[in-house]
Amino acid sequence: MSDLGANVVILGAGHAGGTAAALLRQYGHTGPISLIGDEPLAPYQRPPLSKAWLKGEADADSLALKPLEFYAEHQIDFRPNTRAVKLRRSDKVVELSDGSTLTYDILILATGARAIKLPVPGADLAGLLELRTAADAEALKAAVGPGKRLAVVGGGYIGLEVAASGRALGAEVVVIERESRLLARVACEALSSFFRGVHETHGVIFEMGASVTGFVGENGHVTGVTLADGRTLPCDAAVIGVGATPNDELAAESGLDTARGVVVDLEARTSDPSIFAIGDVAHRPMPIYDRMFRMESVPNALEQAKQAASAITGRPAPAGEVPWQWSDQYDLKLQIAGYAFDTDEVLLRGDPASGKFAVFHLKGDQIQSVEAINSPPEFMMGKQLIGNRKSVSKAKLSDLSVSMKEVVA
Amino acid sequence: MAKITYIEHDGTEHVVDVKTGLTVMEGAVKNNVPGIDADCGGACACATCHVYVDEAWKDKTGESSAMEESMLDFAENVEPNSRLSCQIKVSDALDGLIVRLPESQH
Repeated sequence: MSDLGANVVILGAGHAGGTAAALLRQYGHTGPISLIGDEPLAPYQRPPLSKAWLKGEADADSLALKPLEFYAEHQIDFRPNTRAVKLRRSDKVVELSDGSTLTYDILILATGARAIKLPVPGADLAGLLELRTAADAEALKAAVGPGKRLAVVGGGYIGLEVAASGRALGAEVVVIERESRLLARVACEALSSFFRGVHETHGVIFEMGASVTGFVGENGHVTGVTLADGRTLPCDAAVIGVGATPNDELAAESGLDTARGVVVDLEARTSDPSIFAIGDVAHRPMPIYDRMFRMESVPNALEQAKQAASAITGRPAPAGEVPWQWSDQYDLKLQIAGYAFDTDEVLLRGDPASGKFAVFHLKGDQIQSVEAINSPPEFMMGKQLIGNRKSVSKAKLSDLSVSMKEVVA
Repeated sequence: MAKITYIEHDGTEHVVDVKTGLTVMEGAVKNNVPGIDADCGGACACATCHVYVDEAWKDKTGESSAMEESMLDFAENVEPNSRLSCQIKVSDALDGLIVRLPESQH
Protein backbone atom coordinates (compact mmCIF):
# COMPACT_ATOMS: atom_id res chain seq x y z
CA MET A 1 0.00 0.00 0.00
CA SER A 2 1.11 3.51 -0.62
CA ASP A 3 2.19 5.76 2.21
CA LEU A 4 2.19 9.44 1.24
CA GLY A 5 4.34 10.16 4.28
CA ALA A 6 7.10 7.69 3.38
CA ASN A 7 10.70 8.89 3.43
CA VAL A 8 11.87 8.83 -0.20
CA VAL A 9 15.53 9.06 -1.21
CA ILE A 10 16.35 9.58 -4.89
CA LEU A 11 19.91 8.78 -5.98
CA GLY A 12 20.74 10.70 -9.15
CA ALA A 13 19.53 14.20 -10.02
CA GLY A 14 19.27 13.93 -13.78
CA HIS A 15 16.16 14.11 -15.90
CA ALA A 16 14.70 10.96 -14.33
CA GLY A 17 15.51 11.73 -10.69
CA GLY A 18 14.48 15.39 -10.93
CA THR A 19 11.21 14.52 -12.62
CA ALA A 20 10.42 11.81 -10.06
CA ALA A 21 10.89 14.31 -7.21
CA ALA A 22 8.62 16.90 -8.84
CA LEU A 23 5.96 14.32 -9.75
CA LEU A 24 5.90 12.89 -6.21
CA ARG A 25 4.99 16.35 -4.90
CA GLN A 26 2.51 16.89 -7.76
CA TYR A 27 0.88 13.56 -6.88
CA GLY A 28 0.47 14.57 -3.24
CA HIS A 29 3.43 12.93 -1.54
CA THR A 30 3.91 14.67 1.84
CA GLY A 31 6.83 12.73 3.33
CA PRO A 32 10.49 13.76 3.08
CA ILE A 33 12.14 13.65 -0.34
CA SER A 34 15.93 13.77 -0.72
CA LEU A 35 17.46 14.24 -4.17
CA ILE A 36 21.15 13.36 -4.33
CA GLY A 37 23.16 14.43 -7.39
CA ASP A 38 26.88 14.24 -8.12
CA GLU A 39 26.90 17.32 -10.37
CA PRO A 40 26.95 20.92 -9.10
CA LEU A 41 23.73 21.76 -10.96
CA ALA A 42 20.12 21.04 -10.10
CA PRO A 43 18.39 18.72 -12.62
CA TYR A 44 18.64 20.02 -16.17
CA GLN A 45 17.92 18.92 -19.72
CA ARG A 46 20.80 17.14 -21.40
CA PRO A 47 19.55 17.03 -25.02
CA PRO A 48 20.30 20.71 -25.76
CA LEU A 49 23.95 20.22 -24.66
CA SER A 50 24.86 18.83 -28.08
CA LYS A 51 22.57 21.24 -29.93
CA ALA A 52 21.18 24.65 -28.93
CA TRP A 53 23.40 25.02 -25.86
CA LEU A 54 26.59 24.21 -27.71
CA LYS A 55 25.70 26.82 -30.30
CA GLY A 56 25.02 29.41 -27.59
CA GLU A 57 21.27 29.49 -28.20
CA ALA A 58 20.36 28.33 -24.69
CA ASP A 59 21.69 29.26 -21.23
CA ALA A 60 21.93 27.45 -17.89
CA ASP A 61 18.59 28.88 -16.72
CA SER A 62 16.76 27.61 -19.75
CA LEU A 63 18.34 24.16 -19.34
CA ALA A 64 17.15 23.79 -15.73
CA LEU A 65 14.12 21.52 -15.30
CA LYS A 66 12.93 23.73 -12.44
CA PRO A 67 14.28 26.94 -10.91
CA LEU A 68 16.63 26.22 -7.99
CA GLU A 69 14.17 27.67 -5.44
CA PHE A 70 11.61 25.08 -6.54
CA TYR A 71 13.31 22.40 -4.45
CA ALA A 72 13.23 24.36 -1.18
CA GLU A 73 9.69 25.59 -1.86
CA HIS A 74 8.53 22.00 -2.27
CA GLN A 75 10.51 20.61 0.66
CA ILE A 76 12.80 18.61 -1.57
CA ASP A 77 16.22 18.25 0.06
CA PHE A 78 18.42 18.64 -3.02
CA ARG A 79 22.09 17.89 -2.39
CA PRO A 80 24.48 18.68 -5.24
CA ASN A 81 28.07 17.39 -5.56
CA THR A 82 27.17 14.28 -3.58
CA ARG A 83 27.06 10.65 -4.61
CA ALA A 84 26.05 7.46 -2.92
CA VAL A 85 28.97 5.14 -2.20
CA LYS A 86 27.17 2.23 -0.59
CA LEU A 87 23.67 0.85 -0.35
CA ARG A 88 22.87 -1.16 2.81
CA ARG A 89 19.53 -2.73 2.03
CA SER A 90 19.32 -4.72 5.26
CA ASP A 91 18.86 -1.56 7.35
CA LYS A 92 17.65 0.72 4.48
CA VAL A 93 20.61 3.06 4.65
CA VAL A 94 22.58 4.85 1.93
CA GLU A 95 26.15 5.96 2.65
CA LEU A 96 27.06 9.19 0.88
CA SER A 97 30.37 10.54 -0.43
CA ASP A 98 30.42 13.33 2.20
CA GLY A 99 30.53 10.70 4.96
CA SER A 100 26.92 11.13 6.01
CA THR A 101 24.19 8.51 5.82
CA LEU A 102 20.54 8.66 4.85
CA THR A 103 17.83 6.24 5.84
CA TYR A 104 14.94 5.57 3.50
CA ASP A 105 11.56 3.88 3.36
CA ILE A 106 11.66 4.01 -0.43
CA LEU A 107 14.73 4.40 -2.60
CA ILE A 108 14.76 5.44 -6.26
CA LEU A 109 17.90 4.64 -8.23
CA ALA A 110 18.26 7.20 -11.02
CA THR A 111 22.02 6.98 -11.36
CA GLY A 112 22.03 7.10 -15.16
CA ALA A 113 24.82 5.96 -17.43
CA ARG A 114 28.35 7.10 -18.12
CA ALA A 115 30.25 7.49 -21.37
CA ILE A 116 32.37 4.52 -22.38
CA LYS A 117 36.08 5.34 -22.51
CA LEU A 118 38.33 4.04 -25.28
CA PRO A 119 40.94 1.67 -23.84
CA VAL A 120 43.77 2.99 -26.01
CA PRO A 121 47.10 4.76 -25.38
CA GLY A 122 46.78 8.51 -24.90
CA ALA A 123 43.18 8.32 -23.69
CA ASP A 124 44.09 10.45 -20.66
CA LEU A 125 45.33 13.46 -22.68
CA ALA A 126 43.72 16.85 -22.12
CA GLY A 127 41.42 17.82 -24.97
CA LEU A 128 39.78 14.40 -25.06
CA LEU A 129 36.18 15.12 -24.27
CA GLU A 130 32.93 13.32 -23.78
CA LEU A 131 29.43 14.72 -23.66
CA ARG A 132 27.18 13.70 -20.79
CA THR A 133 27.12 16.72 -18.50
CA ALA A 134 26.91 20.50 -18.63
CA ALA A 135 30.57 20.60 -17.51
CA ASP A 136 31.50 18.36 -20.48
CA ALA A 137 29.58 20.68 -22.78
CA GLU A 138 31.33 23.72 -21.32
CA ALA A 139 34.71 22.15 -22.09
CA LEU A 140 33.61 21.25 -25.60
CA LYS A 141 32.26 24.74 -26.25
CA ALA A 142 35.62 26.17 -25.26
CA ALA A 143 37.39 23.77 -27.61
CA VAL A 144 35.44 24.47 -30.79
CA GLY A 145 35.42 27.62 -32.87
CA PRO A 146 36.50 28.95 -36.23
CA GLY A 147 39.53 27.11 -37.57
CA LYS A 148 39.71 24.62 -34.70
CA ARG A 149 40.03 20.98 -35.72
CA LEU A 150 37.59 18.68 -33.96
CA ALA A 151 37.78 14.89 -34.22
CA VAL A 152 34.57 13.07 -33.34
CA VAL A 153 35.04 9.40 -32.49
CA GLY A 154 31.76 7.55 -33.05
CA GLY A 155 29.13 8.21 -35.72
CA GLY A 156 26.07 7.84 -33.50
CA TYR A 157 23.53 10.52 -32.61
CA ILE A 158 25.75 12.31 -30.08
CA GLY A 159 28.67 12.33 -32.50
CA LEU A 160 26.59 13.61 -35.40
CA GLU A 161 24.89 16.32 -33.33
CA VAL A 162 28.29 17.48 -32.09
CA ALA A 163 29.58 17.43 -35.68
CA ALA A 164 26.66 19.61 -36.83
CA SER A 165 27.08 22.06 -33.94
CA GLY A 166 30.87 22.08 -34.49
CA ARG A 167 30.40 23.05 -38.13
CA ALA A 168 27.88 25.73 -37.16
CA LEU A 169 30.60 27.19 -34.91
CA GLY A 170 33.14 27.14 -37.72
CA ALA A 171 35.29 24.20 -36.66
CA GLU A 172 36.74 21.65 -39.07
CA VAL A 173 35.16 18.33 -38.19
CA VAL A 174 36.18 14.76 -38.94
CA VAL A 175 33.96 11.89 -37.79
CA ILE A 176 35.68 8.54 -37.23
CA GLU A 177 33.37 5.52 -37.26
CA ARG A 178 34.35 1.89 -36.75
CA GLU A 179 31.43 0.49 -38.74
CA SER A 180 31.00 0.90 -42.49
CA ARG A 181 27.99 3.17 -42.01
CA LEU A 182 26.77 5.84 -39.58
CA LEU A 183 24.22 5.11 -36.85
CA ALA A 184 24.87 1.44 -37.53
CA ARG A 185 23.35 0.21 -34.27
CA VAL A 186 20.25 2.35 -34.32
CA ALA A 187 19.13 3.29 -37.83
CA CYS A 188 18.52 1.65 -41.18
CA GLU A 189 20.82 1.94 -44.18
CA ALA A 190 18.69 4.52 -46.00
CA LEU A 191 18.89 6.84 -43.02
CA SER A 192 22.63 6.23 -42.56
CA SER A 193 23.46 7.27 -46.10
CA PHE A 194 21.05 10.20 -45.97
CA PHE A 195 22.73 11.61 -42.86
CA ARG A 196 26.18 11.04 -44.29
CA GLY A 197 25.22 13.01 -47.41
CA VAL A 198 23.80 15.90 -45.38
CA HIS A 199 26.88 16.13 -43.18
CA GLU A 200 29.19 15.98 -46.19
CA THR A 201 27.26 18.83 -47.80
CA HIS A 202 28.00 20.80 -44.62
CA GLY A 203 31.70 20.01 -44.88
CA VAL A 204 32.10 17.17 -42.38
CA ILE A 205 34.80 14.64 -43.33
CA PHE A 206 34.13 10.95 -42.63
CA GLU A 207 36.57 8.13 -41.90
CA MET A 208 34.43 5.01 -42.11
CA GLY A 209 35.46 1.52 -41.08
CA ALA A 210 38.28 3.15 -39.14
CA SER A 211 39.50 1.94 -35.73
CA VAL A 212 41.11 4.38 -33.33
CA THR A 213 44.32 2.85 -31.94
CA GLY A 214 45.39 5.79 -29.80
CA PHE A 215 45.84 9.51 -29.32
CA VAL A 216 49.04 11.49 -29.58
CA GLY A 217 49.75 14.77 -27.84
CA GLU A 218 52.18 17.52 -26.95
CA ASN A 219 52.60 18.92 -23.43
CA GLY A 220 49.81 16.67 -22.23
CA HIS A 221 47.27 17.95 -24.76
CA VAL A 222 45.88 15.91 -27.66
CA THR A 223 47.21 16.81 -31.13
CA GLY A 224 46.05 13.83 -33.16
CA VAL A 225 44.10 10.60 -33.45
CA THR A 226 45.93 7.51 -34.70
CA LEU A 227 44.06 4.96 -36.79
CA ALA A 228 44.67 1.25 -37.35
CA ASP A 229 45.85 1.95 -40.92
CA GLY A 230 48.76 3.93 -39.48
CA ARG A 231 47.55 7.42 -40.26
CA THR A 232 47.38 10.17 -37.66
CA LEU A 233 44.60 12.73 -38.08
CA PRO A 234 45.58 16.07 -36.53
CA CYS A 235 43.10 17.64 -34.11
CA ASP A 236 42.85 20.29 -31.39
CA ALA A 237 40.23 18.35 -29.48
CA ALA A 238 38.44 15.03 -29.77
CA VAL A 239 34.97 14.04 -28.61
CA ILE A 240 34.42 10.39 -27.77
CA GLY A 241 30.84 9.31 -28.41
CA VAL A 242 30.98 5.52 -28.52
CA GLY A 243 28.11 4.69 -26.23
CA ALA A 244 27.34 4.56 -22.53
CA THR A 245 27.27 1.99 -19.77
CA PRO A 246 24.75 1.99 -16.89
CA ASN A 247 25.82 3.11 -13.41
CA ASP A 248 24.41 -0.05 -11.83
CA GLU A 249 27.36 -0.99 -9.58
CA LEU A 250 25.71 0.24 -6.36
CA ALA A 251 22.69 -1.92 -7.12
CA ALA A 252 24.72 -4.96 -8.13
CA GLU A 253 26.95 -4.77 -5.06
CA SER A 254 23.89 -4.67 -2.82
CA GLY A 255 22.52 -7.82 -4.45
CA LEU A 256 19.73 -6.37 -6.59
CA ASP A 257 19.04 -8.17 -9.88
CA THR A 258 21.01 -6.53 -12.68
CA ALA A 259 21.48 -7.35 -16.36
CA ARG A 260 23.41 -4.48 -17.91
CA GLY A 261 21.11 -2.22 -15.95
CA VAL A 262 18.96 -2.69 -12.87
CA VAL A 263 16.14 -5.12 -13.60
CA VAL A 264 12.69 -3.62 -12.91
CA ASP A 265 9.03 -4.46 -13.49
CA LEU A 266 6.26 -2.39 -15.11
CA GLU A 267 6.08 -0.17 -12.00
CA ALA A 268 9.85 0.46 -12.23
CA ARG A 269 10.27 -1.62 -9.06
CA THR A 270 13.46 -3.66 -8.59
CA SER A 271 13.82 -7.10 -7.03
CA ASP A 272 13.66 -5.28 -3.66
CA PRO A 273 10.08 -3.94 -3.22
CA SER A 274 11.37 -0.81 -1.42
CA ILE A 275 13.65 0.14 -4.31
CA PHE A 276 12.81 1.53 -7.75
CA ALA A 277 15.14 2.14 -10.69
CA ILE A 278 14.36 4.61 -13.47
CA GLY A 279 15.91 6.15 -16.58
CA ASP A 280 19.17 5.16 -18.27
CA VAL A 281 20.12 2.75 -15.48
CA ALA A 282 16.99 0.59 -15.68
CA HIS A 283 16.59 -2.64 -17.62
CA ARG A 284 12.84 -2.59 -18.10
CA PRO A 285 10.01 -4.54 -19.70
CA MET A 286 8.50 -3.19 -22.90
CA PRO A 287 5.27 -5.15 -23.46
CA ILE A 288 4.60 -4.07 -27.05
CA TYR A 289 7.84 -5.80 -28.06
CA ASP A 290 7.48 -8.62 -25.53
CA ARG A 291 11.02 -8.19 -24.21
CA MET A 292 13.16 -6.30 -21.73
CA PHE A 293 15.86 -3.79 -22.55
CA ARG A 294 17.56 -0.61 -21.43
CA MET A 295 16.93 2.73 -23.12
CA GLU A 296 18.82 6.00 -23.04
CA SER A 297 16.30 8.70 -23.82
CA VAL A 298 14.44 11.55 -22.16
CA PRO A 299 10.98 10.12 -22.93
CA ASN A 300 12.06 6.90 -21.21
CA ALA A 301 13.32 8.80 -18.16
CA LEU A 302 10.03 10.70 -17.93
CA GLU A 303 7.92 7.60 -18.40
CA GLN A 304 9.68 5.64 -15.70
CA ALA A 305 9.64 8.63 -13.33
CA LYS A 306 5.86 8.57 -13.84
CA GLN A 307 5.69 4.82 -13.23
CA ALA A 308 7.64 5.03 -9.98
CA ALA A 309 5.88 8.17 -8.67
CA SER A 310 2.49 6.59 -9.49
CA ALA A 311 3.34 3.34 -7.70
CA ILE A 312 4.72 5.18 -4.65
CA THR A 313 1.67 7.44 -4.29
CA GLY A 314 -0.89 4.73 -5.05
CA ARG A 315 -2.00 6.11 -8.40
CA PRO A 316 -2.93 3.83 -11.29
CA ALA A 317 0.07 3.06 -13.50
CA PRO A 318 0.40 5.27 -16.60
CA ALA A 319 -0.87 3.67 -19.83
CA GLY A 320 1.75 1.68 -21.73
CA GLU A 321 3.83 3.96 -23.93
CA VAL A 322 5.49 3.76 -27.32
CA PRO A 323 9.16 4.62 -26.83
CA TRP A 324 10.41 7.50 -28.93
CA GLN A 325 13.31 9.89 -29.32
CA TRP A 326 14.46 12.73 -31.48
CA SER A 327 17.58 14.35 -32.89
CA ASP A 328 18.18 17.78 -34.42
CA GLN A 329 21.01 18.27 -36.91
CA TYR A 330 21.29 21.38 -39.09
CA ASP A 331 17.71 22.08 -40.21
CA LEU A 332 16.70 18.44 -39.92
CA LYS A 333 14.36 17.10 -37.31
CA LEU A 334 14.58 13.35 -36.88
CA GLN A 335 11.81 11.76 -34.84
CA ILE A 336 11.90 8.04 -34.11
CA ALA A 337 9.09 5.99 -32.62
CA GLY A 338 9.48 2.38 -31.55
CA TYR A 339 12.30 -0.08 -32.14
CA ALA A 340 12.84 -2.23 -35.21
CA PHE A 341 12.53 -5.60 -33.42
CA ASP A 342 11.52 -8.73 -35.36
CA THR A 343 10.91 -6.83 -38.59
CA ASP A 344 10.66 -8.38 -42.04
CA GLU A 345 10.30 -5.33 -44.28
CA VAL A 346 11.58 -1.80 -44.58
CA LEU A 347 9.28 0.61 -46.39
CA LEU A 348 10.20 4.08 -47.60
CA ARG A 349 7.62 6.88 -47.74
CA GLY A 350 8.74 10.00 -49.59
CA ASP A 351 12.00 10.81 -51.35
CA PRO A 352 15.18 11.26 -49.27
CA ALA A 353 16.44 13.71 -51.91
CA SER A 354 13.58 16.05 -50.89
CA GLY A 355 14.94 16.18 -47.30
CA LYS A 356 11.56 14.98 -46.07
CA PHE A 357 10.81 11.26 -45.79
CA ALA A 358 10.07 8.42 -43.40
CA VAL A 359 11.27 4.86 -43.06
CA PHE A 360 8.81 2.33 -41.66
CA HIS A 361 9.94 -1.00 -40.22
CA LEU A 362 7.22 -3.61 -40.51
CA LYS A 363 6.48 -6.98 -39.00
CA GLY A 364 3.88 -8.44 -41.34
CA ASP A 365 1.44 -5.57 -41.79
CA GLN A 366 2.11 -3.94 -38.43
CA ILE A 367 4.49 -1.04 -37.85
CA GLN A 368 7.27 -1.78 -35.33
CA SER A 369 9.12 1.50 -35.72
CA VAL A 370 9.32 4.65 -37.83
CA GLU A 371 12.19 7.04 -38.48
CA ALA A 372 10.80 10.34 -39.75
CA ILE A 373 12.88 13.18 -41.18
CA ASN A 374 11.06 16.54 -41.16
CA SER A 375 7.85 14.50 -41.31
CA PRO A 376 5.71 15.02 -38.18
CA PRO A 377 2.57 13.30 -39.59
CA GLU A 378 4.51 10.11 -40.29
CA PHE A 379 6.00 10.23 -36.79
CA MET A 380 2.78 11.08 -34.94
CA MET A 381 0.53 8.63 -36.81
CA GLY A 382 3.26 5.99 -36.92
CA LYS A 383 3.65 6.22 -33.14
CA GLN A 384 -0.10 5.76 -32.67
CA LEU A 385 -0.14 2.74 -35.00
CA ILE A 386 2.80 1.13 -33.20
CA GLY A 387 0.84 1.49 -29.97
CA ASN A 388 -2.56 0.27 -31.15
CA ARG A 389 -1.13 -2.53 -33.34
CA LYS A 390 -3.53 -1.79 -36.22
CA SER A 391 -2.71 -3.36 -39.58
CA VAL A 392 -1.64 -0.96 -42.29
CA SER A 393 -1.86 -1.13 -46.08
CA LYS A 394 1.69 -1.18 -47.43
CA ALA A 395 0.47 0.26 -50.74
CA LYS A 396 -1.11 3.25 -48.98
CA LEU A 397 1.80 3.69 -46.60
CA SER A 398 4.31 4.02 -49.44
CA ASP A 399 2.05 6.38 -51.41
CA LEU A 400 2.63 10.01 -50.41
CA SER A 401 -0.68 11.03 -51.98
CA VAL A 402 -2.51 9.01 -49.31
CA SER A 403 -2.76 10.88 -46.00
CA MET A 404 -1.23 9.23 -42.93
CA LYS A 405 -4.75 9.31 -41.46
CA GLU A 406 -5.86 6.81 -44.13
CA VAL A 407 -3.09 4.21 -44.14
CA VAL A 408 -4.87 1.72 -41.88
CA ALA A 409 -5.76 -1.39 -43.91
CA MET B 1 7.26 39.64 -17.27
CA ALA B 2 3.72 38.49 -18.02
CA LYS B 3 1.01 37.12 -15.77
CA ILE B 4 -0.30 33.94 -17.33
CA THR B 5 -3.33 31.96 -16.21
CA TYR B 6 -3.24 28.23 -16.87
CA ILE B 7 -6.59 26.52 -16.39
CA GLU B 8 -6.49 22.75 -15.90
CA HIS B 9 -9.13 20.56 -17.51
CA ASP B 10 -10.92 20.25 -14.14
CA GLY B 11 -11.10 24.04 -13.81
CA THR B 12 -8.19 24.49 -11.37
CA GLU B 13 -6.50 27.83 -12.11
CA HIS B 14 -2.79 28.56 -11.79
CA VAL B 15 -1.72 32.19 -12.14
CA VAL B 16 2.04 32.60 -12.50
CA ASP B 17 4.49 35.31 -13.50
CA VAL B 18 6.54 34.24 -16.50
CA LYS B 19 9.74 35.95 -17.56
CA THR B 20 9.91 37.54 -21.00
CA GLY B 21 11.77 35.31 -23.42
CA LEU B 22 10.61 32.04 -21.88
CA THR B 23 7.87 30.11 -23.62
CA VAL B 24 4.35 29.56 -22.31
CA MET B 25 5.35 25.88 -21.89
CA GLU B 26 8.40 26.78 -19.78
CA GLY B 27 6.25 29.05 -17.62
CA ALA B 28 4.10 26.05 -16.72
CA VAL B 29 6.84 23.46 -16.30
CA LYS B 30 9.14 25.63 -14.20
CA ASN B 31 6.24 26.48 -11.89
CA ASN B 32 5.08 22.85 -11.58
CA VAL B 33 1.72 23.57 -13.22
CA PRO B 34 0.34 20.08 -13.94
CA GLY B 35 -1.14 19.24 -17.31
CA ILE B 36 1.68 20.32 -19.61
CA ASP B 37 4.13 17.45 -20.01
CA ALA B 38 6.54 18.90 -22.59
CA ASP B 39 8.42 15.64 -22.94
CA CYS B 40 10.89 17.02 -25.48
CA GLY B 41 11.67 20.17 -23.54
CA GLY B 42 10.54 22.54 -26.27
CA ALA B 43 11.99 21.01 -29.44
CA CYS B 44 8.57 20.87 -31.14
CA ALA B 45 9.05 17.10 -31.32
CA CYS B 46 6.33 15.61 -29.16
CA ALA B 47 3.07 17.63 -29.00
CA THR B 48 2.71 17.10 -25.24
CA CYS B 49 2.46 20.82 -24.39
CA HIS B 50 -0.87 21.30 -26.17
CA VAL B 51 -3.00 24.23 -24.92
CA TYR B 52 -6.14 26.07 -25.99
CA VAL B 53 -5.47 29.79 -26.29
CA ASP B 54 -8.30 31.98 -25.00
CA GLU B 55 -10.08 33.51 -28.01
CA ALA B 56 -9.26 37.06 -26.90
CA TRP B 57 -5.52 36.23 -27.11
CA LYS B 58 -5.42 34.31 -30.38
CA ASP B 59 -4.01 37.16 -32.46
CA LYS B 60 -1.41 38.23 -29.91
CA THR B 61 0.10 34.75 -29.63
CA GLY B 62 0.94 34.79 -33.33
CA GLU B 63 0.83 32.22 -36.11
CA SER B 64 1.96 28.64 -35.70
CA SER B 65 4.71 27.32 -37.97
CA ALA B 66 4.16 24.58 -40.52
CA MET B 67 6.01 22.13 -38.23
CA GLU B 68 3.75 23.01 -35.29
CA GLU B 69 0.58 22.77 -37.43
CA SER B 70 1.63 19.43 -38.66
CA MET B 71 2.37 18.09 -35.13
CA LEU B 72 -0.95 19.45 -33.83
CA ASP B 73 -2.86 17.85 -36.66
CA PHE B 74 -2.18 14.47 -35.03
CA ALA B 75 -2.61 15.41 -31.37
CA GLU B 76 -5.76 14.48 -29.42
CA ASN B 77 -8.80 16.79 -29.12
CA VAL B 78 -7.44 19.54 -31.34
CA GLU B 79 -9.53 22.72 -31.68
CA PRO B 80 -9.10 25.79 -33.91
CA ASN B 81 -7.46 27.61 -30.96
CA SER B 82 -5.02 24.77 -30.21
CA ARG B 83 -1.33 25.62 -29.97
CA LEU B 84 1.86 23.96 -28.80
CA SER B 85 2.82 26.13 -25.85
CA CYS B 86 6.56 25.58 -26.44
CA GLN B 87 6.17 27.63 -29.60
CA ILE B 88 4.62 30.70 -27.92
CA LYS B 89 7.28 33.15 -26.69
CA VAL B 90 6.30 35.25 -23.70
CA SER B 91 6.51 39.02 -24.05
CA ASP B 92 4.98 41.97 -22.19
CA ALA B 93 2.22 41.94 -24.80
CA LEU B 94 1.05 38.60 -23.38
CA ASP B 95 0.50 39.97 -19.85
CA GLY B 96 -2.87 38.53 -18.81
CA LEU B 97 -2.81 35.59 -21.24
CA ILE B 98 -5.22 32.76 -20.48
CA VAL B 99 -4.65 29.23 -21.74
CA ARG B 100 -6.72 26.12 -21.04
CA LEU B 101 -5.22 22.65 -20.82
CA PRO B 102 -6.58 19.50 -22.47
CA GLU B 103 -7.66 16.50 -20.42
CA SER B 104 -4.52 14.60 -21.38
CA GLN B 105 -1.34 15.18 -23.38
CA HIS B 106 -0.97 11.54 -24.44
